[in-house]
Amino acid sequence: MKILVIEDEPDMREVIIDSLEKEKFLVESAAGYHAAMDKVAAYDYDCILLDIMLPDGSGLSLLEEFKKLKKRDSVIIISAKNAVDDKVKGLNLGADDYLAKPFHLAELTARVKSVIRRKTAEGQMMLELNNITVDTGNRVVYVAGQELALNRKEFDILAYFMANKNRLINKTALAEHIWGDGTDQADDFEFIYSQIKNLRKKLKDADAAVEIQAVYGIGYKLAGR
Amino acid sequence: MKLLNHTLSYLAVMLLVVIGAWATIFYVNMLDEIQDSIDDGLENSKLLIIDKVKEDTILLHKTDFMESNYAIHAITEETARNYHEAYLDSTLYMQNEEDNEPVRILKTAFRATNGKYYELQIVSSMVEEDDLIEDLFFAILWLYVALLASVLIINNLLLRRIWKPFYHALDNLERFKPGSQESFTPVSSNVNEFSSLNKTIASLLQRTTETFNSQKQFIENAAHELQTPLAISINKLELLTEKNTLTEDQLHEIGAVINNLERLTRLNKTLLLLSRIENRQFPEVHSIDFNALVNRLVTLFTDLAEFKSVKITVIDKGTLSGNMNAELAEILVSNLLKNAITHNYPGGFVEVTVDGTGLSVANSSGSAALDATQVFKRFYKNSPEKNSSGLGLAIVKSIADYYQLSVGYTHNGRHQFTIRFPEA
Repeated sequence: MKILVIEDEPDMREVIIDSLEKEKFLVESAAGYHAAMDKVAAYDYDCILLDIMLPDGSGLSLLEEFKKLKKRDSVIIISAKNAVDDKVKGLNLGADDYLAKPFHLAELTARVKSVIRRKTAEGQMMLELNNITVDTGNRVVYVAGQELALNRKEFDILAYFMANKNRLINKTALAEHIWGDGTDQADDFEFIYSQIKNLRKKLKDADAAVEIQAVYGIGYKLAGR
Repeated sequence: MKLLNHTLSYLAVMLLVVIGAWATIFYVNMLDEIQDSIDDGLENSKLLIIDKVKEDTILLHKTDFMESNYAIHAITEETARNYHEAYLDSTLYMQNEEDNEPVRILKTAFRATNGKYYELQIVSSMVEEDDLIEDLFFAILWLYVALLASVLIINNLLLRRIWKPFYHALDNLERFKPGSQESFTPVSSNVNEFSSLNKTIASLLQRTTETFNSQKQFIENAAHELQTPLAISINKLELLTEKNTLTEDQLHEIGAVINNLERLTRLNKTLLLLSRIENRQFPEVHSIDFNALVNRLVTLFTDLAEFKSVKITVIDKGTLSGNMNAELAEILVSNLLKNAITHNYPGGFVEVTVDGTGLSVANSSGSAALDATQVFKRFYKNSPEKNSSGLGLAIVKSIADYYQLSVGYTHNGRHQFTIRFPEA
């Protein structure tokens, strides 16, 4: 899986590349409008991360150029603006998703995997770890081939963990992903603990070969057992 | 009151004064003139009667007015010598009117051909003043009404047409919103004042729009400049925590730094939101079903409420809908809910009431009544809650102000925040 990161800020670019490489993606980068244009014209990517504010041109016009080239690459817009009209414009121009800065790396990973899954052939919507399989298309979880009944939130949490398996997930990132932006001023995300507890119990009862580890003060990590 | 009618009201008072004064002067002058001409007639009669008496002395015995208009009485020489000729106003019984009517009397003395002295009284009927005043009053009243009516008609037909560019400019100004695509369209007018008014408004609005746009640009740039370093810091620390070389203590410390960077991020976002609301940068408006919105958000907050052991109840007393920006409506309701859940105690309650004119959120709390004048101010904090930003209610207030909703706080054993829509 090949990913292109178009971002002018060197530190930002580096941190995104590091994170995506941990997920075994092949990552290339471009620092500006023209460099990005050259790369996109020459190669195909599974996913393009596009910063909307570039020093030598607008990310939105870059998006229009991609369309003219009849590229089918998935595009996720990364913007510091978080302005609704920019979001609408970007999605209308054919972007697949929109992520406002600052974001959590876990959220970026989940979004990237999600747009790639949507583009690939049907039946490839599976996230797997040991004896667990999560079918994100049909929203079903199998443990050793047996279906595991989860409620909506438990499923969302497990899918998020599976997309970020073996990675440490910040509890704020998890709360914002599951409960939405509305919770981002609650400041106190301890309430997600009870959901995690239920999920742990269900996984254990079904003999899943995974465990959700708590890292005190930071968050959680899903690892194989 | 409309400008046209406003001028008319001044004109009405002015006309009343002018016409009233004119009528008084006219009346006095007219009466004076009438008296003058009656007095002349009496003087003439006097000369004629004295001449006639010289020829016919029988007339000297006509002591009553009867059918004619004079009477003669004998007087002593002594009286005659001190006699002063005089015109008097008096009344006399008139057969036809069956009443005493005003008359003018001339009293004079003369010496007849027989050498004796006589007093002569001549009468002439006078104008009936009360009738005259009444007639004059009605004539003037009709004149006044006719004048006002014609001014009103001229105002409405002519002035309305003349003032048309002004009303057009006013209408345009009312609909003007900085940032919206609709621009000001001046109407051409050959009246200097109107064309310069139109030009001034157009240039003023253009400057406002430019200021608005540059401010908007500045806010967006400021956001960009702050968000990127924040994003880099948080993401670098996230990568750092994934290194397996760190001890648990070090991880804990990094977690605390990340938490504070996240607080900074939220604070930045919230301040940006506040300034965007105050700059009215939420032009898209939809009809919002508040009953549905409240129920959806309450469901979203269930987990937080359960964690805090707070029970939320929603009471639908009526359907509430209003035209608002969808994002702002959601922020408005969720901030009130969040506030009520956070500043509560385990086992407490939150009660949301929605009716036809507004919604209120009440909650139990360990704290006493808050200062109603301070509670909506930015960074007002009245709780030990260390993570509270102190901006949630300030945002509620500025969204309410944006849409001219009233927002109030009352304390009656429980804290209650109420949002009311203006009467339609």
